[in-house]
Amino acid sequence: MSSRTSRLLLLAPAALLVTVVVGLPVLRVLQLSLMRADLDGGISLAWGGLDAYARLWGDARYWTCLRNTAVFTGASVALETALGVAFALVLHQRFHGRGALRALVLLPWALPTAVMALAWAWIFNDSFGVANDLLRRLGVLERPVAWLGEPATAMAVLVLADVWKTTPFVALVVLAGLQGIPEGVLEAARVDGLTAWQRLRHVTLPLLTPALLVAVVFRAIQAYGAFDLVYVITGGGPGGSTETVSLYAFQHYFRYLDFAYGSAVAVQGVLLALLPLALLLRWARRREAR
Amino acid sequence: MRRVGLALATALLAAWSLAPVAWQLLTAVKPDAQITRTPTVYLPDPPTSRHVTALLARKPMAVYLANSLAVSAVATTLAVGVAALAAAALSRSAAASRDRALLGLLLLALFPPILLLFPLYEGVRALGWVNHLPGLALPYAALNLPLAVWILESGFRQIPRELDEAARLDGLGWLARLARVQAPLAAPSLVTAAILVFIFCWNEFMLALTFMTRDSHKTVTAGIASIGGASIYEIPWGQLSAAVLLATAPLVLLVLVFERRIAGGLTRGAVKG
Amino acid sequence: MDDLRGEAISKVFPGGARALEQVSFRARAGQVLTLLGPSGCGKSTLLRIVAGLEEATSGRLFLGERPFDGVPTGQRDVGFVFQNYALYPHLSVEDNLSLGLRARGRPRAETAARVRRTAELLGIGALLQRRPGQLSGGQQQRVALGRALVREPRLYLLDEPLSNLDALLRESMRSELKLLFRRLNATVLYVTHDQAEAMSLSDEVLLLDDGRVRQCAPPQELYARPADLFVATFVGSPRMNTWLGECAEGGLQLRGLRLDVPAGPTRRPRLWVGLRPEDVEVRPTPFEGAREALVELAEPLGDRVLLTLRVGGESLRALTPPGARSERLWARLPPERLHWFDGQSGARLDPRPTQAV
Repeated sequence: MSSRTSRLLLLAPAALLVTVVVGLPVLRVLQLSLMRADLDGGISLAWGGLDAYARLWGDARYWTCLRNTAVFTGASVALETALGVAFALVLHQRFHGRGALRALVLLPWALPTAVMALAWAWIFNDSFGVANDLLRRLGVLERPVAWLGEPATAMAVLVLADVWKTTPFVALVVLAGLQGIPEGVLEAARVDGLTAWQRLRHVTLPLLTPALLVAVVFRAIQAYGAFDLVYVITGGGPGGSTETVSLYAFQHYFRYLDFAYGSAVAVQGVLLALLPLALLLRWARRREAR
Repeated sequence: MRRVGLALATALLAAWSLAPVAWQLLTAVKPDAQITRTPTVYLPDPPTSRHVTALLARKPMAVYLANSLAVSAVATTLAVGVAALAAAALSRSAAASRDRALLGLLLLALFPPILLLFPLYEGVRALGWVNHLPGLALPYAALNLPLAVWILESGFRQIPRELDEAARLDGLGWLARLARVQAPLAAPSLVTAAILVFIFCWNEFMLALTFMTRDSHKTVTAGIASIGGASIYEIPWGQLSAAVLLATAPLVLLVLVFERRIAGGLTRGAVKG
Repeated sequence: MDDLRGEAISKVFPGGARALEQVSFRARAGQVLTLLGPSGCGKSTLLRIVAGLEEATSGRLFLGERPFDGVPTGQRDVGFVFQNYALYPHLSVEDNLSLGLRARGRPRAETAARVRRTAELLGIGALLQRRPGQLSGGQQQRVALGRALVREPRLYLLDEPLSNLDALLRESMRSELKLLFRRLNATVLYVTHDQAEAMSLSDEVLLLDDGRVRQCAPPQELYARPADLFVATFVGSPRMNTWLGECAEGGLQLRGLRLDVPAGPTRRPRLWVGLRPEDVEVRPTPFEGAREALVELAEPLGDRVLLTLRVGGESLRALTPPGARSERLWARLPPERLHWFDGQSGARLDPRPTQAV
């Protein structure tokens, strides 16, 4: 058996698995998005062309979902990145118990989102939640806030839950980046008389850019597909103010049983997500080339 | 000055990471009357195990946990096994075709799962796998395959080429080389990949919610999310907190034991991209 | 046992890099053939082609009269010693040695006996339960050698096996290898860039440069009659003195120095002439045929001194016995020790090719 044949043989199971579970479903969802679902007793699917996409155009709820998703993604990723860098800078220091702290910092990332969502719902419960109590004791709030009852605060809770869960990921990626910076470079900067802040601003952060970019892209894509937190904490409410694209598609699939429209929502949502991402990557590549 | 700042920062970090979980712990052992008192009672007095007992009576927690364990274990074994074969092949391929394959896998891994959800549901239903283990394990294995391949490929590539060549000259076939030379040497990355895939499987919610409709087959994420039921105001918070603790405890253990490997695997997968 | 022959082997790597061009060779049964050359000359590639780790782009391999290049790698029955040893780090020394035998399904008792015998032969009997990581460089080297020996292969292939050892160990291992090869009556292909190793170990040396064979000859002949300028300067340490000059009126004109050119095909418009430092005659006082030489540099080597002299306008290096030194010496370039090469191609020119004895 030639080495090429054996390599193909080794790759075959992986290719099969990925084709069946990812490749074919992607083709199927594209196909579904070009159909029309008729609810007449049962459900029948007929060729619908671009009808579903045309319907998206005039669907205000869909555009709200897109906006919610963008707000959620932007706020989460920005906060995670800032916090992640801060965490990494702390973890990069040498101190007793650093290993233990790193394990603690990693913990939120490993816990199931859907389950921790319940914990957050309890913490931000309007009547008995500890968030209200703490903020009142600290004098920040005068009266309890119905966190999940107001659009802005509900979104803020979702963002907080997501930031809590995924900051560790950013922190670890940045930490690996920090550890990749040669000691000599920073020592040279110290000899040159740069202050700690100047070293961070002019040496460390520029050298971290590639690692940060990777983290941001990964996180942006994941945040964009957010489902678990929203489904469990707010269910998209209040009044659809936290409904994301994923949740909206899910509702069409399993609540309104409109598979065609749900597919169109999912497909177009993904396509729209790819656009800013492609721009970001192009910007990064240009920067690199310079 | 610097030491004080560092101490403060580490304390803040620890508090941030632990507080939400710790609050579940406190709530889970707090008598009902204290849970619903304002201003909030922080420390339970006395601690009670009533919520845990009530939860176990009400929901088949052991079944959920067993289902999660079974699905995750099967999916992890499948994903890591298949990924090991692929990684062995890729790590010995020409750089250009290897990088293309890895990038392709990465892109596949980045598809938001909502895109695949409905077609997968159709497939699972057509196969009669709704409420059956393979209905979840198979998609889980495939969805985590890219991550596993990435981690294993970089592990395999670190094995000096000469070792594989020595084994060839010793007359070992490709399967024997994989089993007797490559796999033992790449054992650390095999462990890392297995842990990460296991965590992702354990935590998955959307597919579990959709494919497992019977209590007897629900995994712990889907099972617990249904505890709240229809009305969010009648949620027994003590029981819910107990459930959260039960579902997260195995992962807390995993993280504390394997922190180094998890961190290494996550960043290896990410930084390379 | 059979000879191993290579016929017109060429290797072009994907991407177009040429590693070997039309290389032919014969490794005689029971003899050591060394592949010698500077790094990047293709010697390791040739060895890997023989092992089956690479495929030649064109050319054939024969073992005896049977084609060898179609035989799958694992069935070629060759023992290979890698430069970095490539010991299985997760296996004990014993398992490192026995894996190849077990893979071939040899009986347990036979395997154990062979491993024991090989370990004793190499003096690593006490190390059998250790892992490679717990061994010194020299011990790892022996295990690597043992892994090749234990299978009693029909062909031994060694890829710079001593290059990772420190100088002292390298020399003793070199002698040990020579004894071992003789004792086993082994057919050996030995790759090295170290000419001392090639000289001491080989029955024949195949000197490669830039993928081409420059000369294939026993070590002594390589030294005494280098086939071209490259071989002349590559073999021998310190390296041969060489000068390029114009021929005129039966003499070769160098800077401030004129050498008689012998009759025969040596008469070319431009010639390279070479003389080994050890062949230069140096005395403190004038003597027959000697020229005045100014000492520019003296490098004591212990048993001898390497002098850099100026004779006429040319620089000349000479090996002399240690002794009293002065600024001015007398040097003779013995005509019978001069090597002549074509001024264009660098090919060796023999002064008296037609003179029958």
